[in-house]
Amino acid sequence: MASKDEIALMGHLMRRAGFGATYDELQRRANEGYEATVEDLLRPEAHPPVDENVLYRFFPGMEGALAPPTNQADWVYRMINTRRPLEEKVALFWHQLFATGNSKVDNPPELTQQIAMFREHGMGRFPDLLVELARNPAMIYWLDNNGNHRGAINENWGRELLELFSMGVGNYSEDDIKEASRAFTGWTIAPKIPRNPLGRFYWNFEYRPEDHDDGEKSFLGHTGNLDGDDIIQIVVRQPATARFLARHMYNFFVADEPQVPSWNITPPRDPEAIDALVQAYEESDFDIRAMLRTLLLSDFFKEARFERVKSPAELVVGTAILAGNYNQPRPGFPALAFECAYQGQELLNPPSVESWHTGSEWIDGGSLVRRVNFAAGLMGNTTLPGIRSIVDGIREREANSPAELVEGCLELVGPLDVSQTTMNELLAQAEEDGYLRWETEEDARESEQRVGVMLALIAASRDYQFA
Amino acid sequence: MSTTKKDPVVVVFQLTGANDYLNTIIPYTDPHYRDARPRVGISEDQVLPIDDQLAFNPNMGPVKDLYDQGKIAVIHGIGYENSPRSHFRSMDIWHTCEPDKVGTEGWAGKVIRDLDPTGENVLKGINFGQGLPRALALRGVPVTSVSNLESYGIMSDVPGLSADRDKLLDRFARMYAPAVGTGATMDYLGQTGRDALRGADILKVAPEKYSSTVEYADTPIARNLKSIAQVYLADMGTQLFYTAHGSFDTHFNQPPMHQKLWIDCSRAISDFFQDLDEHGAGDNLIMVLFTEFGRRVRDNGTGTDHGAGGVAFVIGNQVKGGMYSEYPSLKPEDLQQGDLAPNYDFRGFYATVVDKWLGLDPAPIVGGNFEQLDFV
Repeated sequence: MASKDEIALMGHLMRRAGFGATYDELQRRANEGYEATVEDLLRPEAHPPVDENVLYRFFPGMEGALAPPTNQADWVYRMINTRRPLEEKVALFWHQLFATGNSKVDNPPELTQQIAMFREHGMGRFPDLLVELARNPAMIYWLDNNGNHRGAINENWGRELLELFSMGVGNYSEDDIKEASRAFTGWTIAPKIPRNPLGRFYWNFEYRPEDHDDGEKSFLGHTGNLDGDDIIQIVVRQPATARFLARHMYNFFVADEPQVPSWNITPPRDPEAIDALVQAYEESDFDIRAMLRTLLLSDFFKEARFERVKSPAELVVGTAILAGNYNQPRPGFPALAFECAYQGQELLNPPSVESWHTGSEWIDGGSLVRRVNFAAGLMGNTTLPGIRSIVDGIREREANSPAELVEGCLELVGPLDVSQTTMNELLAQAEEDGYLRWETEEDARESEQRVGVMLALIAASRDYQFA
Repeated sequence: MSTTKKDPVVVVFQLTGANDYLNTIIPYTDPHYRDARPRVGISEDQVLPIDDQLAFNPNMGPVKDLYDQGKIAVIHGIGYENSPRSHFRSMDIWHTCEPDKVGTEGWAGKVIRDLDPTGENVLKGINFGQGLPRALALRGVPVTSVSNLESYGIMSDVPGLSADRDKLLDRFARMYAPAVGTGATMDYLGQTGRDALRGADILKVAPEKYSSTVEYADTPIARNLKSIAQVYLADMGTQLFYTAHGSFDTHFNQPPMHQKLWIDCSRAISDFFQDLDEHGAGDNLIMVLFTEFGRRVRDNGTGTDHGAGGVAFVIGNQVKGGMYSEYPSLKPEDLQQGDLAPNYDFRGFYATVVDKWLGLDPAPIVGGNFEQLDFV
């Protein structure tokens, strides 16, 4: 049997390397062990993917739907129901890093294809992922590489590749951007097939040699007839890239960093952690899985509990997993997608290529009210299967005293650590009506309601905002 | 501005989905209109003529009445160059005033910041609707977003909580109380939670204080405008209200859709201003209506596709009613990719409101200097 501490650590791992898990799952995984679970998460291919046949049989219009939020709902379904939690979390990591938005692409299925690409390549080698990204039609359109021609370059993709997707500002010159852009001329989208009369087709990558500039280029000290692949091979070997990627990973999986634009003037909060991730990247020939393994097994990760503000997707999906009523196709997934948007994270539509601001910047007056109301609304609803099983858990462990009620609820929803301020209020609430009683049906009904109120109050707390 | 005068208030009303300019202000005697709109045109005997060239849509009677009273400015041909014909992109451009790059800061958010630089009044700007439009997004500017005024509040969706809710809100307030040494993020969360609770507590009073003989229709836009009237009349210092209605994206089966949209909007607008006048409060507020772009000149058989130049309105007792800018030419050779060519930059429209109505410097808000109009 796993100890309480082991279950608490497993809760931390599953919140970060997934979207959270029920207490039952945490117990099961903790019994298998922490390191075994990390390895299991790193090998998603050992578990079946989400069954698209089941999904699209229930939602026939979902695949290829052109109107938001259908494709967002498709993704939320996968986040909740995947048996490969880290694969899905990594897809969200890349979506937040390689932020591509429907505001311009105006074609949700193409963005869904990009996310599928992140699932497939997101834990592989970084250069391979960047090549896939450079060939991804949604990205090509988003950053105008279809307008990047021999003799008439468009720098948008070349610039963001260096500034936002690999090295960070200050590590290359304006000439490097121009030369990189020249190298990516001719990397474009094949002529689109009209929607009528045969229906919608996905966009395809096309390389046009006649539009590719094959003259000599100088990029970061390398000279020759460089093309896009060469640029990526040079970029991934830059120390700046290793550090920039490590810091992004730390910010997403470990603890909130300041906003990205300040990184070249603000040092990392844990330089040794960044060093460890850089080392894993370099020693593994740029393997993301190796970086993730180092990260998830490290002490700096294990010690960073509740050091991140949950993103809206994490808050919505994590709460829905606890509520237990979204674990199969059913109506209501678009509402969850809207909920993410209303809380400030419209999936597949980040505000710009600079992505969402994270950490405490997820929170404003409007979003906090939505977060609190959404989470308290689900957690306080004792008719939902997941909440029922928490009620049953309280009853079975005979957590009937006020202190036991609070402790039991905090354990079953997280386990969640709370501040003294929060704890005082939760205890005061529990003490108001004394011990829980289950003897008669009426007692049980009342106790059940009291557990629901306690869970709602926990969901409304500041502490619940942290992952 | 003298101190005894009440602060000016603006309601931004977004027609989401691209309202069809040609069937809103109809060039009913232009033969090009008849040619281009064989299926989705509105016949001459139905329109509400303004003069011998232009007419209101037949479903806009209440709006036409306000126009006849000199309370509506019609801004023709509004838009910007190289209109992308994408709803999302164009709405972003209208929200951020950034046509050339993807912007993240909303113009209305900047207005709220400049009206209340210290963020003293958490209700300085309020959105009525779901989620926050990007127009209102600006870091550090508190904006309240209300989907339903009657039920707005914290922990409003917990089943079976009604009896205990006040007590739990007290607990919420104490859970979010300042706590020493818990870190900047905890402090910020505490402040934001307390502000939200304060805003909700103040707002709760608005429907209670309100009474009116005006009976609004039971439509989403009427509910939102009624809520705006309630909060405005309760004098909570709000100077910017935002709401939206739609969808005006009438690619298919346009005539009945567009009819219903304008019946609902016209009645709600008319009831709203009647409500304000009944309370003697109509002189401090103007309403501006905009949409992301107009629709294609030639109909597609049952509807209309995405276009470029559009029409905006400003409504209020203090508005100098009439026509502003010019109706773009419908001659085929003057169209841009089949669309009306915009001839007036929307940023000048915003700048007029910001400068002449709200008394703020418009340049930092709309991103430069643009031609202003004289509608206020």
